[in-house]
Amino acid sequence: MENVNIKINGVDVSAPAGSTILEAARLAHIEIPTLCFLKDINEIGACRMCVVELGNGKLVAACVYPINEGLEVKTNSPKVLASRKTTMELLLSNHRRECLSCIRSENCELQKLSKELGVENEGYYDGVKTESEIDDSAVHMIRDNSKCILCRRCVAACEKTQGIGVIGPNNRGFDTHISSAFELGLADTACVHCGQCIAVCPTGALYERDYIDEIIDAINDKSKHVIIQTAPSVRAGLGEMFGYPIGTNVEGKMVAALHRMGFDAVFDTDFSADVTIVEEANELIERVHKSLKKEEVTLPMITSCSPGWVKFIETYYPDLIGHLSSCKSPQQMFGALAKTYYAESIGKKPEEIVSVSVMPCTAKKFEMGRPDQSAAGVPDIDYSLTTRELGRLIQRMRIKFNELPDEEFDAPMGMSSGAGTIFGATGGVMEAALRTAVEWISGKELQNLDFMEVRGTQGIKEATYNVEGLGDVKVAVASGLSNARIIMEKIKAGNPDGWTFVEVMACPGGCVNGGGQPQVPGYIRNTVDVRALRAKALYDDDAKDVYRQSHKNPAVIKLYDEYLGKWGSEKAHHILHTSYVKRTVNKPLDELTTK
Amino acid sequence: MASTISSVPFTGTSEQEAKLKEIIASLKDVPGSLMPVMQQAQDIYGYLPIEVQTMIAEGLGIPLEKVYGVATFYAQFTLQPKGKYNISVCLGTACYVKGSGDIYEELKKRLGIEEGGCTPDGKFSLNSCRCVGACGLAPVMMINDEVYGRLTPDAIPGILAKYKD
Repeated sequence: MENVNIKINGVDVSAPAGSTILEAARLAHIEIPTLCFLKDINEIGACRMCVVELGNGKLVAACVYPINEGLEVKTNSPKVLASRKTTMELLLSNHRRECLSCIRSENCELQKLSKELGVENEGYYDGVKTESEIDDSAVHMIRDNSKCILCRRCVAACEKTQGIGVIGPNNRGFDTHISSAFELGLADTACVHCGQCIAVCPTGALYERDYIDEIIDAINDKSKHVIIQTAPSVRAGLGEMFGYPIGTNVEGKMVAALHRMGFDAVFDTDFSADVTIVEEANELIERVHKSLKKEEVTLPMITSCSPGWVKFIETYYPDLIGHLSSCKSPQQMFGALAKTYYAESIGKKPEEIVSVSVMPCTAKKFEMGRPDQSAAGVPDIDYSLTTRELGRLIQRMRIKFNELPDEEFDAPMGMSSGAGTIFGATGGVMEAALRTAVEWISGKELQNLDFMEVRGTQGIKEATYNVEGLGDVKVAVASGLSNARIIMEKIKAGNPDGWTFVEVMACPGGCVNGGGQPQVPGYIRNTVDVRALRAKALYDDDAKDVYRQSHKNPAVIKLYDEYLGKWGSEKAHHILHTSYVKRTVNKPLDELTTK
Repeated sequence: MASTISSVPFTGTSEQEAKLKEIIASLKDVPGSLMPVMQQAQDIYGYLPIEVQTMIAEGLGIPLEKVYGVATFYAQFTLQPKGKYNISVCLGTACYVKGSGDIYEELKKRLGIEEGGCTPDGKFSLNSCRCVGACGLAPVMMINDEVYGRLTPDAIPGILAKYKD
């Protein structure tokens, strides 16, 4: 593409035609502050934080203003600095400022910018504030519009990234606020609980429903045996809350912190991810064999680990839920085994066990309350925390995270294979399943365990593998629900590409970029592929693992030998599988709960 | 914020629904068709309750929130039906200085509804307007086509009582 020559702050800059001033400035390593801007999904020039001065003295929004030959731009002129400061003061005048206790304090983009822009009197323009109420109707999150700055990032994440659109700007002018149709609570919408809105929110307006106090109580209740499991992606994200670079694997320190907090056992969801794989691979092979015998069976089979995705298909494609694997997610399999297999092994009743999970996910808070998720007659999971909640819990307990030694998960449910670890990245479940299924179908040991075609952060990936004894097997992987919709439309149209197995994760890039992970500010998000960095931490871990196939994990073999019997046995089905429900996008009026 | 679903029961007919569906079908693939569909839907029903907005959303294949966001942005759309008796209180300058604000508040209190609202039995709706051309009678309100002038808050119960049926 042709280049255009402009001057920024008197320096010659050459940038591709069609670039915005913001992009050209980045090429020249000149920083322009942004707030509402999110690359590709929210380029609306609304917040005016990125204003710059043109040669003619006009102020324009750098994030949307296209460059042209000879353009002169000043990014830090007195006029620019004054404008940004005034804009910030006006934003602050309608923002409930309680920075001392706010959940986003020290990790708030508004707070950081306000400081950087030199705001001296944060209440300078104080007056009437837009009326708002807190929406705490949803199981997974809270919306507090008194801290909303109307940047619309959450709206973009919901509508564009996820293709759902249950939130948007309502009313007009000073009454404008973000909420759902007819001011219904989020619980009454088609929200799938993915939490991508929370992940992109620059302020404390959106946050997860927090269970830190309940966890502290449980740990101190001597009548309870409190166990905790941590999902693969948590170890790849948690470090960011303690100053580690994005993509640092802090597994050892995380386990050490949990040991010190007083959990009775610290286990690994990677273990139950391995169990998920053997059950899911077994189910896939059963379906494929039935199809070969021309028996009635639903293919492609689609993964069911991601609760946001499961609710999405139940809501938007209710007639296609037969495609879902009946396997519970690793969180739920873990909880189910904790209250059956593990409880029996230590001589405890299921009611005496408090089963806690740490997930990169907010939808897990919804999943734990679904029907058919209580193998022992009590809920498989009692509390599901996000990575952020764990970070805050560690801070609350005053544990010096960075100075901890590396420790290992406890036996028996702390042992895992690399296949379980890569569950956190898009394509990871597919690869893990293939490592087992291909070997089981061909009856021969796999020489190459790396299925590179399904790795990477592209939204949709397809691959064809030649499996001995079966021929070509076509698979597809999607992450981000807008991409899932593309895949589902094809399946609805009769699966023209002939896929046998499909993996879907609700969040773009998979769980590593889940709605429960530490928030990455927009100015980093826009320039760094956070998903790829965190995923690398998991793939590096996998590459070093002794066991890299789920069915070879000795703890999994022992579980089946001593307790479950064969893969897919009746007992395994009772404990490890679940069922789905059909939902509607717009709830019937008599079912609304937040009127 | 409390839900803005109208407390007046929806009484749409199958003829109205067929008409709306026809309009949606004819405009479905036209870019920018949401506003025209909403305008014609309001022509059919007189207002845009959740039942109608849901039909529009599902018909056009867009989220309900998208329809609602537009409905609450533009003053031309209303979420509440007009009552059998539509009360319009003049808040124009002359009426206002003569105390029409108090009249308006009294009506809100008596009817238990806010501006633009409609009583659950569908009988009274309440709106404000700017000047009906009867400034000499200020403060003024209209109930359907009937003009009431030189009002005091005390007069309101008696006037409302005239609209029994």
